[in-house]
Amino acid sequence: MAERSHAPDQSDTSAAPNSRAETAAHLRHLLETEGEAIHTQTSVSNYRRAQVYDETDNLDALRTEARAIKEDAIDRLPELIETVREAVEANGGTVYVADDAADANAYVADVVEDRAGVDDPEAATGSKEGEAGDGDGNGNRPSVVKSKSMTTEEIDLNDALEADGIDVTETDLGEWVLQVADDTPSHIVGPAMHLTRKEIADLFVEHFDPDVEFDTPEALTKFARDHLGEHIQDADVGITGANFVAADSGTIALVTNEGNARKCAVTPDTHIAIAGVEKLIPSVRDLEPFVDLIAKSATGQPLSQYVTMLSPPTNSPTIDFESPDKPLGGDDSTAATNRDREFHLVLLDNGRTDMRQDDQLRETLYCIRCGACSNSCANFQSVGGHGFGGETYSGGIATGWEAGVHGQDAAAEFNDLCTGCTRCVDACPVKIDIPWINTVVRDRVNRDDDPEAYDFLVDGLTPDDEPDGFDLGKRFFGNIATVTKLGSATAPLSNWLGDIELVRSLLERTLGIDRRRDLPTFERQSLVDWFAARGGERESRRRAAAAGPEDRNRTSELDREVVLYPDIYTNYVDTDRGKAAVRTLEALGIPVSVPDLPESGRAPLSQGMISTADRQASRVYAALAEDLDAGRDVVVIEPSDLAAFQREYERFLPERSFERLRDNSYEICEFIFGLLENGADSDALSTGDGDGAEDEDGNRSIAYHSHCQQRTLDLEAPTTALLERCGYAPQTSSVECCGMAGSFGYKREYYEVSMDVGDRLAREFDHGETDLVVASGTSCGDQLEALLERDVPHPVEVLAPNSAV
Amino acid sequence: MTTDTVGRFERSLDELAVSVEFTSATDATDRLDAILETPAVGVPLPFDGVSVPESVTTSPTAAELADARTGITPATFAIAEYGTVAIESRAAGDEPISLYPEHHVAVVAATDIVPDIGAGFDRLADRFAAGGDSIVFATGQSATADMGGLVHGVHGPGEVTVVVLEDR
Repeated sequence: MAERSHAPDQSDTSAAPNSRAETAAHLRHLLETEGEAIHTQTSVSNYRRAQVYDETDNLDALRTEARAIKEDAIDRLPELIETVREAVEANGGTVYVADDAADANAYVADVVEDRAGVDDPEAATGSKEGEAGDGDGNGNRPSVVKSKSMTTEEIDLNDALEADGIDVTETDLGEWVLQVADDTPSHIVGPAMHLTRKEIADLFVEHFDPDVEFDTPEALTKFARDHLGEHIQDADVGITGANFVAADSGTIALVTNEGNARKCAVTPDTHIAIAGVEKLIPSVRDLEPFVDLIAKSATGQPLSQYVTMLSPPTNSPTIDFESPDKPLGGDDSTAATNRDREFHLVLLDNGRTDMRQDDQLRETLYCIRCGACSNSCANFQSVGGHGFGGETYSGGIATGWEAGVHGQDAAAEFNDLCTGCTRCVDACPVKIDIPWINTVVRDRVNRDDDPEAYDFLVDGLTPDDEPDGFDLGKRFFGNIATVTKLGSATAPLSNWLGDIELVRSLLERTLGIDRRRDLPTFERQSLVDWFAARGGERESRRRAAAAGPEDRNRTSELDREVVLYPDIYTNYVDTDRGKAAVRTLEALGIPVSVPDLPESGRAPLSQGMISTADRQASRVYAALAEDLDAGRDVVVIEPSDLAAFQREYERFLPERSFERLRDNSYEICEFIFGLLENGADSDALSTGDGDGAEDEDGNRSIAYHSHCQQRTLDLEAPTTALLERCGYAPQTSSVECCGMAGSFGYKREYYEVSMDVGDRLAREFDHGETDLVVASGTSCGDQLEALLERDVPHPVEVLAPNSAV
Repeated sequence: MTTDTVGRFERSLDELAVSVEFTSATDATDRLDAILETPAVGVPLPFDGVSVPESVTTSPTAAELADARTGITPATFAIAEYGTVAIESRAAGDEPISLYPEHHVAVVAATDIVPDIGAGFDRLADRFAAGGDSIVFATGQSATADMGGLVHGVHGPGEVTVVVLEDR
């Protein structure tokens, strides 16, 4: 049977597979058909997770503990496999380590056929005859009931068993809906969340022609419960996954809300649990932080309804509905010897041993599959797992899983939907650096690409450390510093060129820059040049002194000097915010220097060009080392560059260098707020007492969108606090990202996704209540300007002395 | 156990929309009889002086289990922080009896209510060390959001009552 299609009719796209046009059409189709349902559900889970995380006092300690247990367990994996084998065998069960999908499927089919034959000798014969049948409700075929398991999706277990003449019924309601619809999961935790209640109702009516009306979720649930209840009663074997496996006691932990996994595990006399080898942890005591975290991160519940910890085969009586008058129950002291239960633990390798030995992919194995990275991802909220996902897994962590279990090509298909916004970093209960895994896989994909015909177009613009041949657009955006510098040097010619339709058409075809986007307008005079022409550091020192700080009782905390980092946008495109930052610092008595510094590496990083970024990190540190040694503070306007200094540089620089730069670099508003907190006089700044709408306390209303990476650094609050201190009443956005994410929104294949994400932000601010909208990131500002059709400056432009904003 | 822990347990159950009843061991059987809806199934209760009401079928057949409206089981312990009851899988059938009927009634001794999940895992580890092999942490009613809205009572009970034995 063909799978339900998630792709539009592709007859109009004659280009090669995975062309930009084809990707754009696929994503557009998902935006239209599944986006709304996905957004509704993921944004609720995302909101609830944030709420319950906030309410959990020891959250960070729990995450750290969980992470440490996983690191240790993966480190000791071979030993834990032997431990669990001994424990399960001592309990009376069997452990099978399967190399790959085919191995696992064959083992499971053997067990099912064997047990069905034991139950009813005629059934085995029936199954052979049934192979050619239609597979619908043939009572003679061996039957299996399953609870939800992504690992069995990974190995396509259902298809394999059906091919062997075994009936399989999914009992998790979402999975069962997908089974009926012949559809695939769109989310690790909520597999059918792309379907609305009405779509499910229509599906059931079409499939089952029932007597009842499906006008409520309750009616649908009751129908499913009754239908599945019968299958569970009749099944020969119950198959579950395992959220965790405690090695020393052979204990399987199942975390569920519906109760179907409990029924599948204990009702039939045979239970098969299938788990990736990475699910092993040393002991039941190690379960605690995971049990405490997993519901919080997955759905925002404090705890899941059912956390089943069973060390099968258990003493629980089997329930034989074919002998309805046989009493259950027995004696625990004799149960172990009398029982007719059988238990098989299938531990799946399928690439995991290789992942364990891969320094970059190993972290993926710590994943507990809670889906928090999907819920916190703005792009995922728009397109769901059928867009942002591979053969089995979806969301940010899927890149690691797909690359590990299905191969790099499976990950390459969707990996670019990760913009590196880092919102998943705070969401992940085991602190996996998911954006980094995406960057690494992108880098590996780049290196595998074949040279293309148009390399000459970007060769002159790309002084990178990357091999020739990968996606031209990526190479262009990765070298954006050179492009921007050239654009500035040739302005206004470069700006005029950008307005010419023929040029835009060429840019779209060769580099994939969507012609619907406005291109940046380059400034002829860079910020660095402006600062030098103004008299440089000496002039800044004079102005800072003239601001009159010696009249006040300045603390030593205010005796500081600042190196303002001229990121490429501030330096060549949006020089106004740089000038505003310089003037603000000087007005607070702080002398500034604006040296010509190298690009941070953020741009190449976002395109997966790791060696180029690594080189840039060294250059930046070398250029700043003397200032750092002299005790100067590095102040950064563009949050993504600060995030490079404070996050990614840890991977590029020696520990001491990294810590030195991290500890002495600041976001501009964070720095200004720190000055005010230490006694600097805010009178020098522009305050909210002017024109414009005010709240009841007389504070001027302002809409403020922080930057995704800035939020992950916990640096939204200082800007909000600074605005409040200066007489503003900021309204902050709740969306995770603006959708622009540097180059993402410029790319032809992602333009519509970017606008869909951006629309949600624009709608939050589009109330007409405020005439002021500010954003910290360049691309956030560009996106908001495009959507709201108005100027969106940086907050420092509003706060600068004598601000005209 | 402290009064504070019991109060915390009560508040957690309240948030989960789980009914809670406090009773002495002497009155427990009558109280259970008043709570349950027949047909009811159950397992023998391990608390001194407490037995399941006569209307409750112990060692039920599969047919009786499937038809039962109420299932009564003991909880080995409870976790105040989350309103969780720990149901042990035993040969008497605690697991299916707590799972199949629409209404699960869990009976727990007040002294077995522990404050938080850390203390709960201490108890679980003790039980496993003493030969127990399977425990379910059950928190609230069976639920799903897969059908376009939150629905209680999917494969497991849609109604849960916890009976606390104040003097046990």
